Amino acid sequence: MREDDHVYLSLAQEQDDSRWAFGTGFQDPLHGVDTTVPDGVDPAGLAALCLGLGDDALIASQRLAEWCTRAPELEEEVALANIGLDLLGQARMLLTRVGQVDGTGRTEDDLAYQRETEEFRNVRLVELPNGDFAFSMARLLVFSAHRLAVFERLAAGHPDPVLRAVAAKGVKELTYHRQYAAEWVVRLGDGTDESHRRMQEGLDTIAPYVDELLRATPSGQDVRDEVGAVLAQVAEAATLTVPEFERMDGEGRAGVHTPCLAPLLFEMQSVARALPGARW
Amino acid sequence: MNEDWPLFEVFVRGKRGLNHVHVGSLHAADGRMALTHARDLYTRRNEGVSIWVVRSSDITASTPDEKDPFFEPSGDKVYRHPTFYDIPDDVPHI
Amino acid sequence: MTQTTTAAEPGAEDRLQAHFDGVIAHDRRIEPRDWMPDAYRSTLVRQIAQHAHSEIIGMQPEGAWITRAPSLRRKAILFAKVQDEAGHGLYLYAAAETLGVDRADLTRRLIEGRQKYSSIFNYPTLSFADVGVIGWLVDGAAICNQVPLCRSSFGPYARAMVRICKEESFHQRQGYELLLTMMRGTAAQRAMVQDAVDRWWWPSLMMFGPPDTSSPNSARSMGWKIKRHSNDELRQRFVDMTVPQAEKLGVTLPDPELRWNEERGRHDFGTPDWDELKRVISGDGPCNEERIERRRRAHEDGQWVRQAAAAHARKRAARQDAEHEAAAGKEAAGGTAADGTTAGEAGQADEREAR
Repeated sequence: MREDDHVYLSLAQEQDDSRWAFGTGFQDPLHGVDTTVPDGVDPAGLAALCLGLGDDALIASQRLAEWCTRAPELEEEVALANIGLDLLGQARMLLTRVGQVDGTGRTEDDLAYQRETEEFRNVRLVELPNGDFAFSMARLLVFSAHRLAVFERLAAGHPDPVLRAVAAKGVKELTYHRQYAAEWVVRLGDGTDESHRRMQEGLDTIAPYVDELLRATPSGQDVRDEVGAVLAQVAEAATLTVPEFERMDGEGRAGVHTPCLAPLLFEMQSVARALPGARW
Repeated sequence: MNEDWPLFEVFVRGKRGLNHVHVGSLHAADGRMALTHARDLYTRRNEGVSIWVVRSSDITASTPDEKDPFFEPSGDKVYRHPTFYDIPDDVPHI
Repeated sequence: MTQTTTAAEPGAEDRLQAHFDGVIAHDRRIEPRDWMPDAYRSTLVRQIAQHAHSEIIGMQPEGAWITRAPSLRRKAILFAKVQDEAGHGLYLYAAAETLGVDRADLTRRLIEGRQKYSSIFNYPTLSFADVGVIGWLVDGAAICNQVPLCRSSFGPYARAMVRICKEESFHQRQGYELLLTMMRGTAAQRAMVQDAVDRWWWPSLMMFGPPDTSSPNSARSMGWKIKRHSNDELRQRFVDMTVPQAEKLGVTLPDPELRWNEERGRHDFGTPDWDELKRVISGDGPCNEERIERRRRAHEDGQWVRQAAAAHARKRAARQDAEHEAAAGKEAAGGTAADGTTAGEAGQADEREAR
């Protein structure tokens, strides 16, 4: 019994937070990073960039959380949660950066919980309901392929050191997300007749929202080409057809959303708004 | 149609200078998926960690099958294990 | 203590049994391919499967709050915690599989209601304070139960438990920290915490199982060192550990009989409603149906995905075989033979097919 008590104590006293997902420990996520906006950087532009990328990650993570206890196999529970946690970590750092540079001093939670639907700046692709696993993998592939291309460029050359650091961390995560999604798209495309049909449907369903994603973040033709090349390669291995990404009206970055976003936010914000002044 | 994924054994090298160590098993459709899952489940995607996966059915083991008389405990010489002997607590430094 | 080897030559079965008994008596570990009594094996399968099912079903009551967590930090913590539970379930299913059972089969038994999981997960989570109280009380009780299992006589189970216990301590800490924060918040939050404690206290005590006097399998499991302490002993330890934590938190544990007993040096406490435990275990708890239904649906909805992955793996292996054969054929016949497959390679392919 003594021995057990001892084991218990040593377990409880363990101070190693590193095994937790990013930001779940008990320290400030951006501790020690110089958060001064460098000379020559337009704070409003930087805030808008971080807000769009932060909202994309937040909403995408919320949709991934909806998979929890519904994944097609237990190993996928772990994988989907890892991806959701990575994106949530990115969202927290980016939203925190928004509050620092836009002059309002808002926290990540102010931004996540106290804004209205039309104030969110995420692309509409991430707010669409999950659908089946094929749809979710189609979306994850396009989303992470694009985000990786954008983050690689931000990490290499953005003048804001905080955004550069966030992007550099994100590149490693997104490389894995893209790989995970690509492997699933190939498996489902090549697998059975049913999975092939569903996978093609998944790609066709996201198609109308892809052009908006490709336009949403200031980046050149090279990003568009890179994403296109990734999709073409994956689709070929998966025996699928990449649909046309036609331009469609509406723009998440301008606050124009599908009807799917409001219920998502209502749920996300429900507890925080029900208890004003509460501490969590 | 078969939907059950086979079992894979997972071996992880925690850091350079150490051997790969068996850490457990998991299910996956193929080796590539097993690696992805192993990385998620057993290493939490620590970088610089090396992982091996092998289908459990491909392992040849020396450990006895329970019915194999050649490896019965009597042939296993349990008495060669020091812990098989009860030593009273007051015997010093044994 | 060497009587096991010096005993006269009885039947082989007896010698195997004696060796097994010796390993247990000397606190060594039984490993998967060792001989073990059938009852030991089936007891372990039942216990480890039940434990694994509990981790997986246990994701549901808390998982329901990830999308509603009131701060992004709490969302991340809860998301990571529920993910850990999936991982724990996987470690445990892996341990069970070393005993010769199949995870798919265990899952079917769970879904068909032929195997149980911890009764605690059949209670609903009504507010976000429940997330904190589950961490503090439910995970606290689980730790009391599980730390001794790190020394369980079955090696794979003990090793899985070491991994799990390390992670569980974070779970309890995050729960307690959430409650401390809420207790420093508004009056409404303090009321939420007390309400959650009132609802979870007795079910937490029931997690240790029925009293020793009516726990028929306990003694045998302890003899085999699958279990290391009796239900009542663990329950007592949990109460003694929790009372000072409750005081520090500023909540009242809903038991009028709870008081310190100077003579015993431990706390006296009331008797849980064992009839309620029986009802919940036998399927009549508030959320039994909902929990199983959710698990069943996830499993069934995922079937086409699992089938597709298996089909793709077969196709890919076949394609690789064909490529190898083609390449080898070219080499052997200088690229001119129409059919360059050698007998050896065809044999290999057949072997792979057979597996």
